[in-house]
Amino acid sequence: MTCIAALLGRGWMGRPLVIAVPYVWLGLFFLAPFAIMFYISWVDMGNDILPFKPLWDEASGVLRLRFDNYTSLWRSDQGQWFDTLYVDAYLRSVWYAALSACICLLVGYPFAYAMTRADARWQPLLLLMVMLPFWTSLLLRVYAWKGLLADQGIVNQALLALGWVQTAPVLLYTDVSLLVGMAYVYLPFMVLPLYAALSKQNPQWLEAAYDLGCTPWRAFWIVTVPLSWRGIGAGMILVFVPSLGEFVIPSLLGGPENLMIGRVLWDEMFTANNWPRASALATVLVLAIVVPLVWYARVAAKDDRG
Amino acid sequence: MAKGLWAGRAWLALVYAFLYAPLLYMVVFSFNSTRQDARYTGFSWRWYEALLNDTKLVDGFWLSVQVATLTGLLSVVVGTFAAYVLVRYRRFGGRSLFAGMAHAPLVMPEVVVGLSLLLLMVGIQTLLGWPERGVLTIVIGHTLLGSAYAMVVIQARLSEMDRRIEEAAMDLGARPYQVFMLVTLPNMTQALVAAFLLAFTLSFDDVVIAEFLSGPGVNTLPQVVFGYARRGINPTVFAAATLLMLAVTTAAVAYSVWVLRRSRQRADEAKRALAS
Repeated sequence: MTCIAALLGRGWMGRPLVIAVPYVWLGLFFLAPFAIMFYISWVDMGNDILPFKPLWDEASGVLRLRFDNYTSLWRSDQGQWFDTLYVDAYLRSVWYAALSACICLLVGYPFAYAMTRADARWQPLLLLMVMLPFWTSLLLRVYAWKGLLADQGIVNQALLALGWVQTAPVLLYTDVSLLVGMAYVYLPFMVLPLYAALSKQNPQWLEAAYDLGCTPWRAFWIVTVPLSWRGIGAGMILVFVPSLGEFVIPSLLGGPENLMIGRVLWDEMFTANNWPRASALATVLVLAIVVPLVWYARVAAKDDRG
Repeated sequence: MAKGLWAGRAWLALVYAFLYAPLLYMVVFSFNSTRQDARYTGFSWRWYEALLNDTKLVDGFWLSVQVATLTGLLSVVVGTFAAYVLVRYRRFGGRSLFAGMAHAPLVMPEVVVGLSLLLLMVGIQTLLGWPERGVLTIVIGHTLLGSAYAMVVIQARLSEMDRRIEEAAMDLGARPYQVFMLVTLPNMTQALVAAFLLAFTLSFDDVVIAEFLSGPGVNTLPQVVFGYARRGINPTVFAAATLLMLAVTTAAVAYSVWVLRRSRQRADEAKRALAS
């Protein structure tokens, strides 16, 4: 410790050392694992002891680069394109993630808007109450929904009591329970950026629109909404991205019909023990997440300049 | 306009009810007298007794406390380094790669992080025969995630900090290391505590990375709960959840009181300093 202090005290070693610590950490535990995963996605499946074979076979001196870990994701054993479990799971994941983002937007936008209209003294408390459930275990909150949405569960009892349904519908292990769980968990991720965007808006902008003859409804659509697009975009991304690879919620609330890519990857790794294919799946999943993010960052940067 | 205001309030109430319904449900049904998960049959402590006798949950809890504490501490250290580098060193070779890597764990799906780290650990283990998969590997996995969140929190504090106080310390002859330890760090205690709590919570809650990186016989609390959850509803878990919520609420209140006191203390000190 004193040795490091002495080196830092001199000043000349300080900067490289301070940069090196987190750099080495990330290189070792972020970059290296991804490099290994990428490498394994191109090799043959191995045996029970080490489930993959080296790319370079030392004995015969042959390079065995495998494309079929990737092609088998898209082409079925019968040779039909886009007719595999993996394509289905990818598309389903994108669909559920997009749907969750839209539901969160529909619920969260009026919610965030109403928050900004509340008494200024209450707003910090309202905001805190949105974040508080986040501090209690996601797993436990999703677990609770499992009880609430059961066939004879409280939600069904309430629906029957209100007379909205005649017979109790099956909610658990369907699209409904999955989407309720996703919307529930990710709603705060939508509300916070929306609130940040909406609370920054100057009420005089709306007044100007009223003075120019706008009805409140029209002013909302042509002033408030377009000026909050940044918040909408950030919220959609914050919900969409983690939903895409979500594992816990579909495992607890989804049925076999709602298989998402996180679960498929898991099964490939631990049930089929096919490490190369699991790695290929993960690589494609990373691309599916990085591409929309880079696109959003570009658009946002352009908006900043323009 | 008044009608719109009431509609807004009704919507607020409805969504808050949605957010808090599962929490309330768990608290109420943890005191249920039977295993019923939809009908309240009477008050009892039986699930709390069952919880104390459930060695899996209790052991998982203590393991999670250890893992989360280590993760929190390590995340604050790594996160502080990363935040300092990003805020203070605007130019160095490979800065954009560094910034990308530092933020990436925030958006990577947990399954991908878990899978890639497992592959690394298996690789290291075959080369060196160490480490066994267990507490250490889980802590590393959680810290990868936790330090990214810690970095964001600390970065925000560091970039709004007035650099003149550091310059003043330097003018008075402090070495860069002393400036950091005596001026910079004490000025961001609040952010460090917040970062620790965030990383602790992430670790305490994570099941996916733990499942990938834990070895036989090593089960954190979320892993045990996840195992139970697949077999249906067990009110013992509700009892555990209620106690955890109590702990979180206590911690949240204590933290807010501490923050409030600190800012009041600061204001008083500033007033006194100005008066003299």
